[in-house]
Amino acid sequence: MAIDKYMRERFFPHIWCPGCGHGIVLNNMLRAVDQLQLNQNEVVMVSGIGCSSRISGYVDFHSLHTLHGRALSFATGIKMSQPNLNVICPMGDGDALAIGGNHFIHACRRNMDLTAIVMNNRVYGMTGGQYSPLSGTGITATTAPQKTIDREFDITALSLASGATFVARTTAYHYKEMTSYIMEALQHPGFSVVEILSQCPTHFGRRNKLGDAPEMLQLYKQNTTRIGSEAKQNNPELIERGIFRQETAPEYCAEYEELIKRTQQS
Amino acid sequence: MTQRTEFIQGNEVCAHAALYAGLDFFAGYPITPSSEIAESMAKQLPQIGGKFIQMEDEISSLCSVIGASLTGHKVMTATSGPGFSLMQEALGFAVMAEIPCVIANVQRGGPSTGLPTHGSQGDVYQARWGTHGDHTIIALTASNHQDLFTMTVEAFNMAETYRTPVILLMDEITGHTREPVVLPEKGEIPIIGRLRTSVPEGVDYHPYLPREDGRLPMSDFGGKHRYNVTGLYHDMWGFPTTDPNVIHGLIHHLMDKIENRVHEITRYREYYLDDAHTVLVSYGCSARTALHVVTSRRSRGEKLGLLELQSIWPFPAELVRAKCEHAHYILVVEMNMGQVVHEVKKAVHEPERVYLANRVDGEFITPTDVRGIMRLIHGRGV
Repeated sequence: MAIDKYMRERFFPHIWCPGCGHGIVLNNMLRAVDQLQLNQNEVVMVSGIGCSSRISGYVDFHSLHTLHGRALSFATGIKMSQPNLNVICPMGDGDALAIGGNHFIHACRRNMDLTAIVMNNRVYGMTGGQYSPLSGTGITATTAPQKTIDREFDITALSLASGATFVARTTAYHYKEMTSYIMEALQHPGFSVVEILSQCPTHFGRRNKLGDAPEMLQLYKQNTTRIGSEAKQNNPELIERGIFRQETAPEYCAEYEELIKRTQQS
Repeated sequence: MTQRTEFIQGNEVCAHAALYAGLDFFAGYPITPSSEIAESMAKQLPQIGGKFIQMEDEISSLCSVIGASLTGHKVMTATSGPGFSLMQEALGFAVMAEIPCVIANVQRGGPSTGLPTHGSQGDVYQARWGTHGDHTIIALTASNHQDLFTMTVEAFNMAETYRTPVILLMDEITGHTREPVVLPEKGEIPIIGRLRTSVPEGVDYHPYLPREDGRLPMSDFGGKHRYNVTGLYHDMWGFPTTDPNVIHGLIHHLMDKIENRVHEITRYREYYLDDAHTVLVSYGCSARTALHVVTSRRSRGEKLGLLELQSIWPFPAELVRAKCEHAHYILVVEMNMGQVVHEVKKAVHEPERVYLANRVDGEFITPTDVRGIMRLIHGRGV
């Protein structure tokens, strides 16, 4: 397979449970890198802590496995100091939006050319199934035995409001769509967010009686629809997939290069 | 040689010295009394093509500094107590992943928000023990601007030499005092650059395999070697491991690379120690007061001496023991409830000789304060 060369096979087997959606994301992320023919020496994977964050170790790029929630902060230093690098941040929902929420909104605001891939499985998997800020209400989790009363974030709405210039959402079921969105995100000259609904059959599916991995993937097919589709008008409960925003705005590193020029000229 | 003398704040001295040392990336968050360091950097870095970024908090400041260090840059952040507290997580990461970086902590009164605009030396132990888990650290300090310049450059040199974060323990008083400083010419103070691997492309590179001399050559992110960096215990490739042998080796390496080189890292000044009956041990702003006491008493024939520590961690216990060997009394002068005094007591024979002269009300400790304690020691009342 063409993507084998991007994997550090020495470090397999991976830690993910059977049926986990993160492997699908890894697969399609590497396909996107492959199709864009990115130079491996110019790709940096920066991740935080959690199941999804282990992706960085499995791939043969420069890889930085950091602190819970802080991937975008480390990535900011890498990109700012070496703007020619393609910096990709695989993140989990708790990682990106609970402990890393402040860094996330400021990364959106700054519009530095980083790519955030948020794998949203609505649960803290690595620590054993506690609810996350993406779980939403009425969910059973180890820290919510009487079901959650916490309302959830909408990642795409938050990204849009915070100023991200590329925002997309897809699911582990829609793998071709996923590859194309990640490709678009990688090529986008600014901060890009791709939210990918990714199943956790072990901790989310089992406790909430959503079935096994194939059944959870089927749910992604049934519960989502393209942005602006007729189905959405008929059923507002459906989750929209697609590219919510793709617009060009001044990119932070490019702007700083201009600032340096202005300073040196004056 | 045309040397340039400036009349500037200690915070500005720190910024000048960092640039002299080769700094080209700074990330920070505004906090009193350190903000002038960030302000100087924001002004000066773009002039030399370097990068300054104001982050959303101190957590992300140190994280982005670590990221920039991995791409091969000389990096720094600056903060004060509350921000230093927030940095402890990333500080531990830099210790574990062996990332060269400098963190200036311009100390103010604590705990918590404390006394933002007043001097203190209350973070000595935080610098050593603030981040969780077994580890060690290098912390340098200075009492005057000329030494602050040198110590800042030394902080960068040590960060590169030992592949480790280095804390520059400043304080509000030295940070905001204006006094003359001679900015050294290029080459006057040696600069140690990044040690990079000579392993060619395509050959297995081990980012975490120390050479015989204990040093670990690095490879820049974006360069020819692709490797993993993690805050987890890791093997010589940087990949996470739970192998007891590897863990044992790594924790000992992290400790030994610094603790076994105390003599190499130790920096100090001494005044009139040869025949001193009373030895004052001090550092940072307090050493200014201690020096005043010693010189004025010497002029009256009293046998006082001063040991001014410029490196606090790893604690130079052997040096302190030797310098205090013949002292009748040892007086540690510091602006906290007693931190270095405990280290001095541990270091010397007959620790009952060791007394503390401190002040913790936000005011700069005065010679009168120190003399008052000396009168008490001698049973003369205040």
